Amino acid sequence: MGLRDLVRLRRKRRLKQVRAFRKRRELSPLSNRTAQIRPGDVLVFVTARNERIRLPYFLRYYRDMGVRHFLFVDNNSDDGSAEYLAEQEDCSVWTTTASYKASNFSIDWMNWLLRKYGTGHWTLTLDPDEFFVYPFCDTRPIQALTDWLDTYGIRSFPAMLLDMYPKGPIDAKPYREGQNPLDIACWFDAGNYMIKTNPEYRNLWIQGGPRARIFFPDAPKNAPSLNKIPLVKWERGHVYLSSTHMLLPRGLNQVYDTIGGEMASGCLLHAKFLSPLTEKVEEELERQQHYAGSREYHAYARTISKEPDLWCKWSEKYINWRQLEILGLMSKGNWA
Amino acid sequence: MTVGFIMMCHTALDRAAQVARFWAEGGAPVVIHVDARVTAHDYKSFKKALADLDNVSFSRRYKCEWGTWSLVAASQAAAEQMLERHAEVRHVYLASGSCLPLRPLKELTDYLDARPFTDFIESVTTTEVGWTVGGIDIERFTLRFPFSWKKQRRLFDRYVEFQRRVGFKRRIPSGLVPHLGSQWWCLTRQTLSAILQDPDRPLYDRYFKRVWIPDESYFQTLARLYATSIESRSLTLTKFDFQGKPHIFYDDHLQLLRRSDCFIARKIWPRADRLYQTFLSKNAESSAMAEPNPAKIDRLFSKSIERRTRGRPGLYMQSRYPKKDHENGKTSAPYSVFHGFSDLFENFDGWLAKYVGARVHGHLYAPERAEFAGGERMFNGCLTDDPVLRDYNPRAFLTNLIWNSRGERQCFMFSPRDNQANNWFTATDPNAQISVITGAWALPLSRMNENFATIRREAARLQKRELEHLEILRSMYVKARVRIWTVADFIENPMEPLQTIIDEISPRATRRLTEAPQMVELTGFRQFLQNLKNQGMQPLVMGDFPLDAGEERNANRRGRPYLVK
Repeated sequence: MGLRDLVRLRRKRRLKQVRAFRKRRELSPLSNRTAQIRPGDVLVFVTARNERIRLPYFLRYYRDMGVRHFLFVDNNSDDGSAEYLAEQEDCSVWTTTASYKASNFSIDWMNWLLRKYGTGHWTLTLDPDEFFVYPFCDTRPIQALTDWLDTYGIRSFPAMLLDMYPKGPIDAKPYREGQNPLDIACWFDAGNYMIKTNPEYRNLWIQGGPRARIFFPDAPKNAPSLNKIPLVKWERGHVYLSSTHMLLPRGLNQVYDTIGGEMASGCLLHAKFLSPLTEKVEEELERQQHYAGSREYHAYARTISKEPDLWCKWSEKYINWRQLEILGLMSKGNWA
Repeated sequence: MTVGFIMMCHTALDRAAQVARFWAEGGAPVVIHVDARVTAHDYKSFKKALADLDNVSFSRRYKCEWGTWSLVAASQAAAEQMLERHAEVRHVYLASGSCLPLRPLKELTDYLDARPFTDFIESVTTTEVGWTVGGIDIERFTLRFPFSWKKQRRLFDRYVEFQRRVGFKRRIPSGLVPHLGSQWWCLTRQTLSAILQDPDRPLYDRYFKRVWIPDESYFQTLARLYATSIESRSLTLTKFDFQGKPHIFYDDHLQLLRRSDCFIARKIWPRADRLYQTFLSKNAESSAMAEPNPAKIDRLFSKSIERRTRGRPGLYMQSRYPKKDHENGKTSAPYSVFHGFSDLFENFDGWLAKYVGARVHGHLYAPERAEFAGGERMFNGCLTDDPVLRDYNPRAFLTNLIWNSRGERQCFMFSPRDNQANNWFTATDPNAQISVITGAWALPLSRMNENFATIRREAARLQKRELEHLEILRSMYVKARVRIWTVADFIENPMEPLQTIIDEISPRATRRLTEAPQMVELTGFRQFLQNLKNQGMQPLVMGDFPLDAGEERNANRRGRPYLVK
């Protein structure tokens, strides 16, 4: 890696920061309770759009984990999400009607809020359908993890996206507000993930799972990336590049051991395949606001009309983090 | 007679106060050293929290930096204060603010009363310790370390290197034999006062001020001068990992800690409410007079270190992605590759499955689809038979397949028609058993209903691929168990090689092969090879096919499984 590359990456990082800075004007605060944030609090950053039905359980899940404050960007919801969030004592909400796509799929907004409020904190950047699981998450709060990471000087923590799905057609069982989505979508693919390295940013590029197998068997290269680094000790110069798949500076992406050992890692249980999915897909296709011309949603639409069953007899039923550890999807590393 | 505690505190003062109260109320005097970097406000409230206890006192504060003399100075001051103020103390126990007593104080005092002249201090000579960080052991005592290891690592390393090169050596004061050990000790008044009141103490102190990490060597070395009976172990349960950081205990370690029968554990996560609640409660019971036995905890932590440093062989995942040749297991379990066998024998996989306790797949890398055993469309871990998906990352397909089916050996067929992308990978994998019959790919061609020009082109293509594969299998980098026969040699005597391969796959099965796999029709094969030659293609990999040999053998043996003695 020559000097020229370093200069180029630095420029890229600066550009991202400038972009985030300019996009800050698109956000208008609805309720700003960030004054409540105390040093050492773990913060959650989310962009949501019409996810009202999912929010109560989402908040409960992360509150139980020990998260102290939530920072939401509400992207033009019309289902009362913003109002609901504004009522919550531990949530700060910004609203925007600007384009999701033009904000680099909300990453510009996130980068801005992370810089402004996340600096010096451990931050979790999530979607409302992502549920973070880490080693010992059933017995230790998230501060135990972040304290441990601090003692080792680790600045970022990876959590692969694990697509969860129900048995049978996706829209068969309706999701009720407040319900644990993993009660319905409790199945996952255990061992069909493909990994490559990305030499430019030093991150791993992980693909596979049900989305590759059902929606992209003919064009695996287009299958969604599953590598994610949602938990970061935020510093002023950090930026997310595309979604939470990778960051700059590149050192933050080096969350894997290259000489045979295992570093600690978690999983993001992705409860995307949950009713009402069909409506959502239609709506998103109309908006055309997603990555790569919404090709993912096009693929869903093609297949979903045939009522596909993502489940197969080799699907694993989710039990707990230890199961994911044994399957090799995440690792305790040297945390015991 | 009782035990006195010195507590070294710098964070989580509320927890330290709880522990100090536990000891003090139990009747053991406590001297607390608080790092000088703790703010005046925090210090004051800490003091106030313990103000009602008259056997708790605070010693002179030092600014403690890891690995420096300040830690020893602080413990010296506190120890002097302890000996001076509390004449009833016989043992002095050095503990930290993140220590937690696991057994009632009474049991510890009983234990020490039974050993009134024993010093508990881990103290081993530098040649015998294997745990020093950075490979610096005896050099701790003979070099100078003016730079901070934490903040000025480069200067630190360079200066050490420089001194090594120049051959610089400090003189160790006569009479001292350098010893190292955990800094958490429990010394008798006799030994401790002898160390602190030694007329030579200024000399020793001056020397140790420039030793690296003196808190792990000052008392450990000097105790050897005066102690009558040293038990070279720490009464504090503390475990360090491969980076020299102490393991931390959480609420879920409760049972483990309880059963360890250790007196004091370090280090406890400050927010482990349940641990503090349980072990500091007044009516904690435990097995009386049991010897400390941290074996279970040792095992847990050594396992976790191995997980971090060696990982699980053959696993590729988000936080373990070894670079080439650092895999520590390219795959997770042994597997077998049968190259050419399915062309020479009919239903070879079915036959093999009968003789080995293994999952026998067809051509996993066939162009049409991955032929999983039993014609399944999917396999363990939701691997699909889709060829596009498989060929997108053929290596991941193999490593996933082997990982997903841990505990069951995998066998699969191979041929030059299949995807060749993994050839280097399997050849350099010690888990692979690769058996090759070269030239067998020509057998199906010989029976193909196709224009001969097309067949010849295909034959040339397959032969080229096979030669490339053979070159890999004969290279010096091969780690797999490789056996290669030409098709001509193999049909000469098929049973012996088959027996060898099968014995290797399942060594405990003593059963001899009784039934051979059915060979395909060989009639006309020699002629086919001759035709290829006539058309200008040189068959190189079939071996020496004798004239009409194929026809003869077939005439004799076809349709009748032969028996072997």
